[in-house]
Amino acid sequence: MNYTKLNMNEQEYSDYVDAHSKKSPIVKNCTLAFIVGGFICIIGQIFTDIFQHYGLSFKTASTYSTILLVLIAAILTAFKLYAKIGKFAGAGSIVPITGFSNSIVSPAIEYKTEGVVLGIGANMFKIAGPVLVYGICTSTLIGIVYWLIKLI
Amino acid sequence: MKIGKQTLEFDKKPKILNTSSVVGPKEAEGPLSIYFDKKFNDALYEETTFEKAESKMIMTAVDTLLGKIPTDNSTIDYIFAGDLLNQCIATGYAVRELEMPFFGLYGACSTFVESLILASSFINANYGKKIIATASSHFCSSERQFRLPLEQGTQRTPSQQWTVTACGAALVTKNDNSFKCPVVTYATVGKIVDMGIKDIANMGAAMAPAAFDTIITHLEDTKRRPDYYDLIITGDLGTLGSKILIDLLAGHGIDISTNHSDCGKLIFDIEAQDMHAGGSGCGCCASVFSGYIYELLKTKKINKVLLIATGALMSPTSLGQGESIPSIAHAIAIENEV
Repeated sequence: MNYTKLNMNEQEYSDYVDAHSKKSPIVKNCTLAFIVGGFICIIGQIFTDIFQHYGLSFKTASTYSTILLVLIAAILTAFKLYAKIGKFAGAGSIVPITGFSNSIVSPAIEYKTEGVVLGIGANMFKIAGPVLVYGICTSTLIGIVYWLIKLI
Repeated sequence: MKIGKQTLEFDKKPKILNTSSVVGPKEAEGPLSIYFDKKFNDALYEETTFEKAESKMIMTAVDTLLGKIPTDNSTIDYIFAGDLLNQCIATGYAVRELEMPFFGLYGACSTFVESLILASSFINANYGKKIIATASSHFCSSERQFRLPLEQGTQRTPSQQWTVTACGAALVTKNDNSFKCPVVTYATVGKIVDMGIKDIANMGAAMAPAAFDTIITHLEDTKRRPDYYDLIITGDLGTLGSKILIDLLAGHGIDISTNHSDCGKLIFDIEAQDMHAGGSGCGCCASVFSGYIYELLKTKKINKVLLIATGALMSPTSLGQGESIPSIAHAIAIENEV
């Protein structure tokens, strides 16, 4: 028996794999993300309205509702429920502020076995860290541009 | 004796005297549940960390194996073992308790067959009489090393595989012709094959060309036909990788569509347990062989098996640096003596 070896280059193999791979259900994922993401936003709006109803200014009310959403997501993560929501909703529960909370609490839970400082402290911002770094950099840049425009 | 390009022929026919398997919660819910010796329901296995749980799994597998045969720790000549964690710590800490001469191995998910090949070689060369070959993996300890925290709410892609929480161990012994049991006849040691796949969520596609290469080399070296084997079983190619392997081989005139299976496909009910492309990890091949396949061999439901464990030899560092996934596959032929 004499068989020849695989006669494909990397590009051909990559195309071949793509053709055989099952694709992510994009329409379903987007729809669920839209519904769940929208639902989280509605909850946030309800919180804001309630705070405003009790006499807080819009700015304070929206800050409070953000804090409340972060807290709820942190609690849901601790009770292992947020990952279940995330599996179902995808980007719908990653993109809102609740997803940010989840991305900080989940490594904190995961790395508590390595201690409070080098475990929780060092790993808590493992996923959220890049978001913060580039979020702050981008807002600084935009701030500078805004300031320059105002000067002119 | 070495034959052909990459194959070892074991003329002394080392015996696989017995096997044992320990599996975690998801595996215990799977279709092969009844074949496993020990099952545990909590991913922590009554320990405080997942790494300790994995070590306990290995110790339990070895203890179970020793419990099946009249022997004690001191008569075990060597243990060949490995896992997926950095510096193979799960294995290191488990073997610390066992007091056995130890070779630590890393072959990613190919480790179990690598251990079996080395154990068989040592027996064949008369360097020992009783050698344990084992490998393990744990979903939770692997996820934290290779991917994201467990409670991170993300979606898995359809091609992604689930690291199996399991350990399988086999006792390889000298063949004294006393009674019949499955023996090791040939082993084909794989070369690293890398077709440039970089997607860690598509390991089946990365590893399939390595399995292809090893199977073709094995058939050439041993001059066997693919239908010689009752079962050609790969370690953890999953659904996509298996499809690619069968297709690639068919393109070269080798038909394994009727006698091929994959441990990663067998260990879970992929639809009901929502396992996407199936199981993966060293423990996948180790537990499916030690639990299910060995039982099929012993009860003579099948007599000739080619077990090919595939491994993806990347790390989070190499992926971060944009490297592709180098893959390997080792094959071992295990047959009932006639």
